Amino acid sequence: MQWEVVIGLEVHAQLSTESKIFSGASTAFGAAPNAQACAVDIALPGVLPVLNRGAVERAIKFGLAVGAKVARRSVFSRKNYFYPDLPKGYQISQFDLPVVLGGEIPILVDGVEKKVRLTRAHLEEDAGKSLHEDFHGMTGIDLNRAGTPLLEIVSEPDMSSPLEAVAYARELHSLVRYLDICDGNMQEGSFRCDANVSVRRPGGPLGTRREIKNLNSFRFLQQAIEYEIRWQIDTLESGGKIQQATVLFDSDRGETRAMRSKEEAHDYRYFPDPDLLPLEISEAWIEEVGKTLPELPQAKRIRYVSDFGLSAYDAGVLTSSKELAAYFEEVVSIYSDAKVCANWVMGEVNGWLNKAGIEIAKCPISSRALAGLLNRIGDGTISGKIAKEVFEAMWNGEGEADAIIEARGLKQISDSSALEKIVDEIISNNPSQVADYRAGRDKLFAFFVGQAMKATRGQANPAQLSEILKQKLAG
Amino acid sequence: MSISLSDVKRIASLSRIAVSDAEAEATRAQLSGIFSLIEEMQAVDTGGIAPMSHAQEIVLRLRSDTVTETDQHEAFQRGAPQVEAALYLVPKVIE
Amino acid sequence: MFNSSLKGLSAQLADRKISSVELTREFLKRVGELNPVLNAFVTVDPEASLDQARIADAMISSGRAGPLTGIPVAQKDIFCAKGWLTTCGSKMLSNFVSPYDAHVIERFNAAGAVNLGKTNMDEFAMGSSNETSFFGPVKNPWDIKAVPGGSSGGSAAAVAARMAPAATGTDTGGSIRQPAALCGISGIKPTYGLVSRYGMIAFASSLDQGGPMAKSAEDLAILLNAMAGFDKRDSTSLERQPEDYARDLEQPLAGLRIGIPKEYFAEGLSADVEKAVQAAISEYEKLGATIVEVSLPNTRLSIPVYYVLAPAEASSNLSRYDGVRYGYRSANYRDLTEMYENSRAEGFGAEVKRRIMVGTYVLSHGYYDAYYMQAQKLRRLIARDFAESFEKCDVIMGPTSPSTAFDLGEKGDDPVQMYLSDIYTIAVNLAGLPGMSIPVGFGDNGRPVGLQIIGNYFSEAKMLNVAHQYQKATDWHGRMPNI
Repeated sequence: MQWEVVIGLEVHAQLSTESKIFSGASTAFGAAPNAQACAVDIALPGVLPVLNRGAVERAIKFGLAVGAKVARRSVFSRKNYFYPDLPKGYQISQFDLPVVLGGEIPILVDGVEKKVRLTRAHLEEDAGKSLHEDFHGMTGIDLNRAGTPLLEIVSEPDMSSPLEAVAYARELHSLVRYLDICDGNMQEGSFRCDANVSVRRPGGPLGTRREIKNLNSFRFLQQAIEYEIRWQIDTLESGGKIQQATVLFDSDRGETRAMRSKEEAHDYRYFPDPDLLPLEISEAWIEEVGKTLPELPQAKRIRYVSDFGLSAYDAGVLTSSKELAAYFEEVVSIYSDAKVCANWVMGEVNGWLNKAGIEIAKCPISSRALAGLLNRIGDGTISGKIAKEVFEAMWNGEGEADAIIEARGLKQISDSSALEKIVDEIISNNPSQVADYRAGRDKLFAFFVGQAMKATRGQANPAQLSEILKQKLAG
Repeated sequence: MSISLSDVKRIASLSRIAVSDAEAEATRAQLSGIFSLIEEMQAVDTGGIAPMSHAQEIVLRLRSDTVTETDQHEAFQRGAPQVEAALYLVPKVIE
Repeated sequence: MFNSSLKGLSAQLADRKISSVELTREFLKRVGELNPVLNAFVTVDPEASLDQARIADAMISSGRAGPLTGIPVAQKDIFCAKGWLTTCGSKMLSNFVSPYDAHVIERFNAAGAVNLGKTNMDEFAMGSSNETSFFGPVKNPWDIKAVPGGSSGGSAAAVAARMAPAATGTDTGGSIRQPAALCGISGIKPTYGLVSRYGMIAFASSLDQGGPMAKSAEDLAILLNAMAGFDKRDSTSLERQPEDYARDLEQPLAGLRIGIPKEYFAEGLSADVEKAVQAAISEYEKLGATIVEVSLPNTRLSIPVYYVLAPAEASSNLSRYDGVRYGYRSANYRDLTEMYENSRAEGFGAEVKRRIMVGTYVLSHGYYDAYYMQAQKLRRLIARDFAESFEKCDVIMGPTSPSTAFDLGEKGDDPVQMYLSDIYTIAVNLAGLPGMSIPVGFGDNGRPVGLQIIGNYFSEAKMLNVAHQYQKATDWHGRMPNI
């Protein structure tokens, strides 16, 4: 039987401010427990929140980048609930009037472009962390993260497969890093996804959804949604019903499970925070922020196709991260054959990075060094094949391309009189093959190329060699 | 207006305040009295009137994004009910 | 000395007739004598006070003294003061030593004032009689069978009994004005946003406002000069040019238009209070003022509106008292939920718990629009009443409280009876206007009567002028209880 999958994502992106959203404490990751939890963050009696301009600026930037409406007036509300990592007993968030409304994110799955609509994005504060290591059977509370600014980005339920959900999450992840509003570090929790998943019969009413909380890698996002869809379909097909629930993904077992804490009916008692006045954002401020917007991934992709003549796929890969695109553009700025640059960046560079498990930012071969290598292919000093050997040496820290070519004697033989001499010798040493070739066995041409390469230890300029061979063999 | 015993139990639980059955009954009576007083305002037609959440019609002032606070956890934790390794300890949190 | 004005004390300090250390010791001694009877202070720390007095004396000898340098001021126990127990009248905070200073405390410290001690108050400022304090009720110095009013009852009693030259209070629904009236002293609640709320423990954030309590309007002006001022740590603090609230004290009152709201003289007002208030108004006419009748038709609604909005905000503001980071934690619990529920059940008193529950209810799902939203709309109507009245007059006058101080325990455990006594003060907080109370006589039972003066936004200097001129012509404010 057919089932349709409906997925919406809520992403919590930690904004890359120096200080917290409502206090002057540092947001740096990894401090000693509670060393960055100031009086406001631990909610001492009498303390008050003051909004960080940097957090608002980043929200505006995001709104502009996704084509959303940046609300001229938005309101902070209190979301009331008790939890030990929530010091005030309420979270300051935005409810009725969020700072960003609407917008969309384009995604590409199997060559098909689709737009995922955004419902809203709002500013709020993060909670602290509960540490469950054993403190005599108790839980330890670290409030360093409490008050870190978050932008909660809520999508419409526009995704219909785990792959689309992952494509959306990746696109959003890439976007916030392009915008430099979030460091995107998923291990540290800077970019966390909640997925709302339901299934239904095609054309039927929406199914009951379950929310998978706190997915902190794209792989887990995909696995969790895949598992959840299977579970929901199995449940329904065996006559069961889906209860609305919040579930956690157990990455060790590859399963989702309902949270054990009592699912008491949530009643957050939202109301406007009386400690904060309405946030007003002027047209001038929006304009000013607009001027700081970098070229966004989608615009870059279009430019790579139109200006560099790259395929849409290649453009997509190269723009998937801000750093990779920057690397590629630096290579192209020195070595202008964009297709060659693209092949090398996507092939050798990405391949070696993946093998080593490192990010482009830590690539041992700089963009300038790679361009230097490509220049030596371009000017005929080495062949593409030899270049791969040079690349490996460069990766291993043996120096720049020129030095390696020199030291290993890899220079291509492009001296035509030297090549002619070698070809003459091959012709005189292989009379029968020459005769066969001249009688029409064209395939033997490869044999002569092989002989010449052997004689030159692979260093003959392939184009030149082929030219001379053709000439001489023609008699 | 009359508040039911289950209302009292529900809001006490939302407020995280333990109430015994005897207290709940006394609370119910008092809250009913308070809500009778409050009910008076329900009769007023407030169509077209904007809610007022602040006394002054001013907008939010913003601070610049700078770190101004230093580590004071020792001073802050001096009176904490239970602390270990600079962490606040609470009965086990179950997710 | 105990009945001396702040100016008088300051002059004695300047002339080296007395040092701040000596002055502080004298007042501490009086606190020691009277507090066992009145229970106005919950904490005194003579060493800490005297340390400040020594600093003040150094400031005076080096010629850096201001009008408050060396003067002991009692601080309501709602203001966080570094190193001081700051309890807010609650068992929940009975062991809380503040690690920081409220803005108001910083301002007094910078002015060289001496913190004389922390005054008793209704728990979390929720009450009109001081009977909800965890530390027991404060007694009215005019009659120890009577309540001092609340919630700043400790401060009011301390000033009335001359245990302190001046004190601070906070006013969410009348908590400065009503105890000032009931104890026969002067107190002013400034325009919302003039005094920073940073470090002032929150009850209802959109209504709370700190202000001074003293023997006279002239003293209030000096104190308000120190307390008011912009604070970037409070988002609702108003960024305004500093002003001298004493600048207009000596202006004559000829031509002053006094608005008398008929709703403040209707059913429910005791005859003796009405008589004293009317006499004060007549006195103003003698001083050249004219009387204008105004109307505040939504006055009655201010009680239900207030008892929705204030508990709603309070229910959320008091969620931080959860036994995790500071304050009281119950010894009885088996799990997290019990830890929360028992800590809060044992740490909060009955009135605080009632208000938390009322607030939780009105904000809960399905009730928000009917209660909270409706109350916010009515709040605007109440503010409009005042705006319309101020087109016709310069200040509004009426009683501060419907009766003189009632007896301890008189209102029993019926919260509604207690709430109704806030009828004349609440609307001022809802509108965010400044309001003050000055003593204008005594009731049939010999307990003080207060006149409430309500001004337009930012008209504190005018109101203090109006009060001061009356106090120059009369001597009610100079009367001391026989204790």
